Amino acid sequence: MTSLILRTAARYLFPIIMLFSIYALLRGHNEPGGGFVGGLAAASAYILYALAYDVAAARHLLRIDSRTVIALGLVIALGSALVSVALGQPFMTGTWGELAITSTYKLKLGTPLFFDIGVYLVVLGVTVTILFALSDQETEAG
Amino acid sequence: MEAILAVVIGVLYATGLYLMMRRNIAKFIIGLALLSHGANLLIFTAGGLSRGKAPIIPEGAEAPAGLIADPLPQALILTAIVISFALLAFALVLFLRTHQEIRTDDMERLRSTDR
Amino acid sequence: MNEPAHSLATSLPVLLIAAGGGFAVAALIPWLRWLLGERSTLAAALFPLAITAWLAAQAPAVFGGQPVAFRLPWISDLGLDLALRLDGLGLLFGLLIAGIGTLVVLYTRGYLHGHPDQHRFVMFTLMFMSSMLGVVFSENVLLLFIFWELTSFTSYLMIGFHHDQEASRKAALQALLVTGAGGLFLLAGLIMAGHAAGSFDLSGIIAGRDQVLASPLFPWILGLILIGAFTKSAQVPFHFWLPNAMQAPTPASAYLHSSTMVKAGVYLLARLHPAFGSSELWQLVVTGFGAATLLTGALMASGQVYLKRLLAYTTVGALGAMVMGLGIGTDAALKAVAAFLLAHAAYKAALFLVAGIIDHETGEKNVTKLGGLIQVMPRTGTAALVAAASMAGLPFTFGFIGKELFYTELAARPLLAAGFFIAGACFMLVAWQTGIRPFFATRTETPKHPHEAPWSMTFGPLLLGLVSLTLGIVPGLADGLAGAAASAMRGHPLEVHLHLWHGLNLPLLLSALTLAVGAAMIATASGWRSVAEALAPAARFGPDRLYDAKLKGLVAFAGWQTRFLQNGSLRRYLLVTVITLCALVVVSFARADMALAFRALSPVNLPMALLSVLVILSAIAATLSTSRLGAVAAMGVVGFSVAVFFIFFGAPDLAMTQLVVETLSVVLLVSAFYYLPPFAKRSTWRGRARDLTVSVFAGAVVTLLVLVASGVQLRDPISSYYAETSVPMGHGRNIVNVILVDYRGLDTLGEITVLAVAGLGSLALLKLRAKAGGKP
Repeated sequence: MTSLILRTAARYLFPIIMLFSIYALLRGHNEPGGGFVGGLAAASAYILYALAYDVAAARHLLRIDSRTVIALGLVIALGSALVSVALGQPFMTGTWGELAITSTYKLKLGTPLFFDIGVYLVVLGVTVTILFALSDQETEAG
Repeated sequence: MEAILAVVIGVLYATGLYLMMRRNIAKFIIGLALLSHGANLLIFTAGGLSRGKAPIIPEGAEAPAGLIADPLPQALILTAIVISFALLAFALVLFLRTHQEIRTDDMERLRSTDR
Repeated sequence: MNEPAHSLATSLPVLLIAAGGGFAVAALIPWLRWLLGERSTLAAALFPLAITAWLAAQAPAVFGGQPVAFRLPWISDLGLDLALRLDGLGLLFGLLIAGIGTLVVLYTRGYLHGHPDQHRFVMFTLMFMSSMLGVVFSENVLLLFIFWELTSFTSYLMIGFHHDQEASRKAALQALLVTGAGGLFLLAGLIMAGHAAGSFDLSGIIAGRDQVLASPLFPWILGLILIGAFTKSAQVPFHFWLPNAMQAPTPASAYLHSSTMVKAGVYLLARLHPAFGSSELWQLVVTGFGAATLLTGALMASGQVYLKRLLAYTTVGALGAMVMGLGIGTDAALKAVAAFLLAHAAYKAALFLVAGIIDHETGEKNVTKLGGLIQVMPRTGTAALVAAASMAGLPFTFGFIGKELFYTELAARPLLAAGFFIAGACFMLVAWQTGIRPFFATRTETPKHPHEAPWSMTFGPLLLGLVSLTLGIVPGLADGLAGAAASAMRGHPLEVHLHLWHGLNLPLLLSALTLAVGAAMIATASGWRSVAEALAPAARFGPDRLYDAKLKGLVAFAGWQTRFLQNGSLRRYLLVTVITLCALVVVSFARADMALAFRALSPVNLPMALLSVLVILSAIAATLSTSRLGAVAAMGVVGFSVAVFFIFFGAPDLAMTQLVVETLSVVLLVSAFYYLPPFAKRSTWRGRARDLTVSVFAGAVVTLLVLVASGVQLRDPISSYYAETSVPMGHGRNIVNVILVDYRGLDTLGEITVLAVAGLGSLALLKLRAKAGGKP
């Protein structure tokens, strides 16, 4: 499964899908999107790359072990849930603050966003882990 | 419209269960996928169908304008979709490994492991 | 309650430590063992010793009518508080439990010397001790039940200590099943009693006893509680587990089966006596079962030849005597129970410990093959002599005092007095056989060459013998303890004055007669034994056999049921589950109002109707397809169509997710099916027809279910709350997302954890093979 067209397309599609996945993640709180769909989209970007080249190349592109991505996601999600505990409120209370980018534009940041980032990473990590492992079977068997 | 969807859901359950009762591993997996579609649609329909209005509040507003689709079943289904995907993947890997180990894809020949 | 302030401040935690600390100390023992080796056992003995000392220090306040109490709210809504209380009855039991516990742990040092699991036995002992203290200190009946079951559980570990022997495992299981099942009856009874009285506190039940006694459920309440108490205290017809439990190591028998656990039932009856003792039903049933047990235990004991079984059957008899006393329930009877309880614990524990020493040193358990041991083990012999004298009820021992008090009460009840008389004679026979004959008869050869046991083992029996003797000569020393315990059983203060000499009266005469008959029985002991041996086959029809048959039947049934329902065939599992589920749904349909089914339907939309047809056709195609790729493709069509439904009915989030998931699923299936062989027809047409019938039936039921469900609105959905607060509180306009990451974030956290586990599980499944198969 290594056609030149697919390879070329994958090289350009990968950043676009990744960009879309992050866009979906960040706007998820207000428009359709969110961590789940974002994570799945990111995973499909890596799968596409793995189909076009091979699993090793896709793994290299991910830079860190996919299991680490899962762990990171869980830690971020749990960490965001613990912020409110540190502030003396019940576990998982949404905590919001505003970040002044310029004097007129203020970015609203809250723990639910970080929670969603955690979801994104777990979904990405799990999907990629399973599919990469299955593809390894392929190379072993072949 | 509910009546039609109810029939669709019924067919998905029937075909899904029938496939899961086959002796072939691959058919079981397909059946599982059909069954999860059926279950998701069931929750969706039971929560009430309302055409076109997504549960999203317009920019600047405090509350949704007019009637919207019920967001709660949607949230439940969203997680269900992802979980059933993970379940599908896990079942697939499990059966694949079984097949490699026992060299059969016949469900009826996997019984000895449970005795 | 008017507790003094000082006890609130200083002594409260101690009750809690006593009732729960054993578990904590037990957890430390592996480390202690690492540090100290076998000496850790001695260190562990400090814990019960400290509790004994603390309890003794509380005695003056308790005797003065000021119980020590402790309460920590726990699940107050269920009436369950961590409420502990130390009164006269609790003090008597607590001193026995902690005091004899100290001696038993010390004894273990010698008895299990060099045994690799000695520390484990000590752990079990401490855990059991704390559970037992919990039972007697609990003020709340639900808490009492928890500790009650903990004693069953920890005693299971102790009886089954020699877990490599089948007999030992079997006995442990029997004790657990009998007392555990009894515990369940007890729970039901206590809950009903608590409801009737309006309180789950013991003092509340006693205060509300009129409501309980007047309740139409009272016979049930009493019956259930009595089953619990009778199983624990080995009353007829549940007595059989106690002699069987003699498979336990001897320190366990000495502890559980003489002085503590088996007395838990007696304790419960004593505790509830102020509440229920006035009812005629109680008096009739409790007295009757107690008397029957007294006779059964005593008579069956007279036919035994093995040391521990002799003692076990007399324990059954003694428990029967106490239960009988509680059934009679007069002031004098309660005083007799209190004194007899103390006397019995002292002599029976001592005799068990002596039996362990004899077995340990000679390797012989049969009393008829023992003799002359006093020459080699004078200390053990002395202790045995005193304990046996107390058991026989000879004057100048505390056993005599206990027996005198019983005769004082029974003098007016000839029938019960006769039973007690016969039992007393049998007890004398057993006392002679276990405590005197092995030491003073002609010297015999034994499998092992006997030596005197180490001090750690002889200290316990000697001390207990000293107690029996001291209290026998100066019985007034026990006035306070017996009085406080009897007061708690009565419900109002009672004065107890114990005397050695009551003058020449009927009880004394009866005592003397008992001694004479007992002596005659001793003289003709071998004759009695042959009578008992002739009757032995009758035991085949006893409750022990019934238990065996029931257990066998249960195992056979479980085996049949497992083979039928869980035969390893996934198809069978599915069939059973689906048919059961659908049948239940159909039943509830039949009982529901089906008029709701076709209400509030939305209008039919042509494109969606066409899409529906497509989904149906694809699902059927997936079923009929003979190629793997064809089936995957058909499944993909279904998935994408579902996504379109989501878009159309206002769920863009779902549609997006569904689309991506469906793509990934197809990739996943195609890459995995590569390794599986092509589809093959395997099922017979008959099997296919059956599966098809069941599937279509299930599909029809689900269709109906959807129709009913979409018409039902049970209560206002919470969704409107989400819609109103999503922006002001959740700071997000996408309500679905706000629900996922904020309102129901904990669910999502759980869900992504499940995802992570599924991912790592798949990885492990795939990767472990590479190693096992020796592949690179």
